[in-house]
Amino acid sequence: MLRDQDRIFTNLYGLHDWRLSGARARGDWDDTKAIIAKGRDWIIDEMKTSGLRGRGGAGFPTGMKWSFMPKEVGERPHYLVVNADEGEPGTCKDREIMRFDPHKLVEGCLVASFAMGAHAAYIYIRGEFVREAEHLQVAIDEAYAAGLIGKNACGSGWDFDLYVHRGGGAYVCGEETALIQSLEGKKGQPRLKPPFPAGVGLYGCPTTVNNVESIAVAPTILRRGGAWFGGLGRPKNSGTKLFCISGHVERPCTVEEEMGIPLKELIEKHCGGVRGGWDNLLGIIPGGSSVPVLTKDICDTVLMDFDSLREVRSGLGTAAVIVMDKSTDIVRAITRLAKFYKHESCGQCTPCREGTGWMWRVMERLCVGNATVDEIDMLEEVTRQVEGHTICALGDAAAWPIQGLIRSFRPELERRIAEARANARAA
Amino acid sequence: MPKLTIDGREIEVEAGTTIMQAADQLGIEIPRFCYHERLAIAGNCRMCLVEVEKSPKPVASCAMPVGEGMVVKTDTPTVLKARKGVMEFLLINHPLDCPICDQGGECDLQDEAMAYGGDRGRYKEEKRAVKEKSYGPLVKPIMTRCIHCTRCVRFITDVAGVPELGGTFRGEHLEIGTYVEKALSSELSGNIIDLCPVGALTNKPYAFTARSWELKKTESVDVFDAVGANIRVDTRGNQVMRVIPRVNDEVNEEWLGDKSRFAVDGLLRQRLDRPYVRKDGKLVAASWGEALAVVADKLKSLDGGKIAALAGDMADAEAMVAAKDLFTKLGSANLDCRQDGARIGTGPRASYLFNTGIAGIEEADALLLIGTNPRKEAPVLNARIRKRYTKGKFPIASVGPRTNLTYKYEHLGAEAAVLTAIADGSHPFAATLKAAQKPMLVIGQGALSRLDGDILLGLARKIAETCGLVKDGWNGFNVLHTAAARVGGLDLGFLPGSGGRDVEAILSGAEKGEIGLVYLLGADEIDTKRLGQAFVVYQGSHGDAGAHRADVILPGAAYTEKDATFVNTEGRVQHTRLAVFPPGEAKEDWKILRALAEQAGVALGYDDLAGVRARLVEVNPVFAAEGPAVAAWGAFGAEGQPSSDPLESPIDNYYMTDPISRASQTMAECTATFVGCAHKRTGTNG
Repeated sequence: MLRDQDRIFTNLYGLHDWRLSGARARGDWDDTKAIIAKGRDWIIDEMKTSGLRGRGGAGFPTGMKWSFMPKEVGERPHYLVVNADEGEPGTCKDREIMRFDPHKLVEGCLVASFAMGAHAAYIYIRGEFVREAEHLQVAIDEAYAAGLIGKNACGSGWDFDLYVHRGGGAYVCGEETALIQSLEGKKGQPRLKPPFPAGVGLYGCPTTVNNVESIAVAPTILRRGGAWFGGLGRPKNSGTKLFCISGHVERPCTVEEEMGIPLKELIEKHCGGVRGGWDNLLGIIPGGSSVPVLTKDICDTVLMDFDSLREVRSGLGTAAVIVMDKSTDIVRAITRLAKFYKHESCGQCTPCREGTGWMWRVMERLCVGNATVDEIDMLEEVTRQVEGHTICALGDAAAWPIQGLIRSFRPELERRIAEARANARAA
Repeated sequence: MPKLTIDGREIEVEAGTTIMQAADQLGIEIPRFCYHERLAIAGNCRMCLVEVEKSPKPVASCAMPVGEGMVVKTDTPTVLKARKGVMEFLLINHPLDCPICDQGGECDLQDEAMAYGGDRGRYKEEKRAVKEKSYGPLVKPIMTRCIHCTRCVRFITDVAGVPELGGTFRGEHLEIGTYVEKALSSELSGNIIDLCPVGALTNKPYAFTARSWELKKTESVDVFDAVGANIRVDTRGNQVMRVIPRVNDEVNEEWLGDKSRFAVDGLLRQRLDRPYVRKDGKLVAASWGEALAVVADKLKSLDGGKIAALAGDMADAEAMVAAKDLFTKLGSANLDCRQDGARIGTGPRASYLFNTGIAGIEEADALLLIGTNPRKEAPVLNARIRKRYTKGKFPIASVGPRTNLTYKYEHLGAEAAVLTAIADGSHPFAATLKAAQKPMLVIGQGALSRLDGDILLGLARKIAETCGLVKDGWNGFNVLHTAAARVGGLDLGFLPGSGGRDVEAILSGAEKGEIGLVYLLGADEIDTKRLGQAFVVYQGSHGDAGAHRADVILPGAAYTEKDATFVNTEGRVQHTRLAVFPPGEAKEDWKILRALAEQAGVALGYDDLAGVRARLVEVNPVFAAEGPAVAAWGAFGAEGQPSSDPLESPIDNYYMTDPISRASQTMAECTATFVGCAHKRTGTNG
């Protein structure tokens, strides 16, 4: 279990002052100038040493991502874009950061921007996050007033401007290139890659898009050293992470924990356990709505990090743990997710546009058993036709929950079909 | 030059080439819907997925640039499965209405479904339907059929520069449309019909009239403007059903203006299909022999100085050379092919050509427009200017009408005084032109057809010479014509001979009674009231202004009904081909003149098309040239003080500029939609 002195987000529950004075008391903005003075290469090296993997879901090493930006700023300016469009169902970590620890993010923006040669950063915040956007703006205004950002930020000699942009609330705008499109004022549809944002991003300029959490942990990592962060958790899955546990637990919460914590321990220690006891557990979606559901026998032992969850054919995603006990209609639950993805598909790529609707409709029928057993296989095949065939990962995200359901709960699907048949015959 | 392997075959291509282009070079076919070589890459249909070694997921070949040592496979089971999957997705919400779809038979989706479609559907849910929309009188949307490839959106936004189409809603509710329902206002809107890979956008006037496999296809050339777009005339029986563009990168790429595409219904209306002779003030149907005899007698009875001929904007070179020979031999020098009175054609050939060439616009790096609105005068050429503009670093300025040209430009004013200032270097744009490597100017008929047109022409020449528009290997002096016949007429010297009258003198002569006979060769754009008491012969295809005034009507052939020569504004000699026969007793135009000469006792010296064409080459060797030759530069234009009147475009209503488009119902609808009704509506209308 994570020791208190290793926590990064010490005001996660808003018990203390979130403004600048409170943030300073918690150690934020402490000699940021000295961090910047160590230079770009040092910052990127430290980030690489820390082993921090992107907290937005894909888990790409953050230090490496920063190093992809051109070394020299050419004709085109560089930009940092912070993805605060936290839309993954079940995820509620970035909003806590922005509500109660906004200065961590603001400071992170400064050091990250400096590390990649950006004089301007944009925080693209989900439209529904009204209070969060307000807090963030207050924090930015405070930082400007205190000379922490703006011209000669923190006295470092680096000019830095930070802007908050409120999104319109489309899930797909959390995809980095769609986010860039939306930020430019266009329709939020993912762009083709290549070219990658590090080459051609916002307004055609080199851009790095990072998750809020990835940026917010950066100042602490740089202060305490990459080795400290890298020493937590497991190799290649290091550091601490915010876990958002929701669903059928006694006390749903967002908590900072060490990476690689056993799932069972996470739930029992921080959430008071599964409602009705561990044995009442049906399944857990460990990383936000887009990853496949895990059955209880896997949940018994699995560790919460990128590689462990990948081994059990699921994923850490955003670490949004959705717990479902035996009262759950699992088919209905996954159908609801299918409907979500159908609703949020941008409609650009054929497989996702047409496939999400198809999958949802079949799922609706499977809910009530109005299908044939063959159609389960057909549905599985349709998910394979969507997966990996689209520009962005929304197609994959729509396919995986259904694949997980079929893999883990196929008997339940077949039972419903048989039951519906029997009822029809009886009637 | 990266080297890659596709299906085991090695190829070396230029860096930046996409996998699909490389495969095309090898002749390996990759199916596609959203990709179009002249549009931006969207990569959204996902039909072109291929396998690339070391890539975990299949890759959209249309968008992926090749890399050194890349190993691509297009024929693996994975690829086939991916394509079949995409095809299945495309078809689940596509209506099975091919039997009533105009795209049937020339539909990309149909074709690809033959290769990748299943023999039965697995989709048992309800299909999507989209509410009917309207895009105006030309394009018929049936958006239920749309596969969301966004070709139309990219064309209208990027090529036509009129961003009126886009996607609304999301996911399976995504609809391509005009946001708020409106008519597409681009003059190039018809091209989205060709671009649409399915039957979502079809030709509205052509709807339900023919199937593609019933049509006879004839390759021809367009005559509605002076660009000379290459077209294919699709006919059934003796009727032109539709016109679509042909690819010619030098001229029209593969685009076509809406008038050229949709005015063809005018070929069926108001046609002159038999000769008429005016008797007791009324036009009475006559036989060819009778009509020709009347004209020949009149010609013979008049002195050469008292007869005159005017050629119209759609007259072909063969007819013009025959008319010129006839009138010259009758002793008349009163010839003119410039019915708008353009003060042009007396200088060297470069003085009346679009010397840079249409494709040459892409090389230019500064542009000055003088008295022209290319969007209305030559929409396809305007798209070229826009194409160059979108590549950046292309300052454009205009002296003339202030209007939306689909690209940004600096409006320097409408007065000719600006030109004087540019010519003497005192205007800042002179410096822009001088600084450019390949500057160009385009002077339009709005400037040249004014009374001081020759002074404006002289000013343009001065600008060209002082600002470095004319140099070795580059001629940036361009005249944009609006009449398809004009350059051909000028090349033939269908102009007043020594002591001859020009169009203004012919008309004033007719008014005064000094001209006894005026021969209108398809000339309708003159003030026919000024023809006075003169005996008027109208030879042409349509009953328009000229025929209305005529004493004898000789029915000619329209451009789809004859093998004829036209020279476009660049000086490019091109030929139309006979796609259908002229209606009724109408004849090819040069033959009418040949017969008339016979009656008038004049020997023209040629009896067949080859003979006329040989005569054309004899008159001017450019008619034998392949492609436009570089024209010699020299002195032209006049010195003097231009008038202070503002420069304007000669075209107010793009949709009605000539006898054919004035006879077209479709063009009338366009006029009502986009220009406002030409006629006063009565109380009972609407």
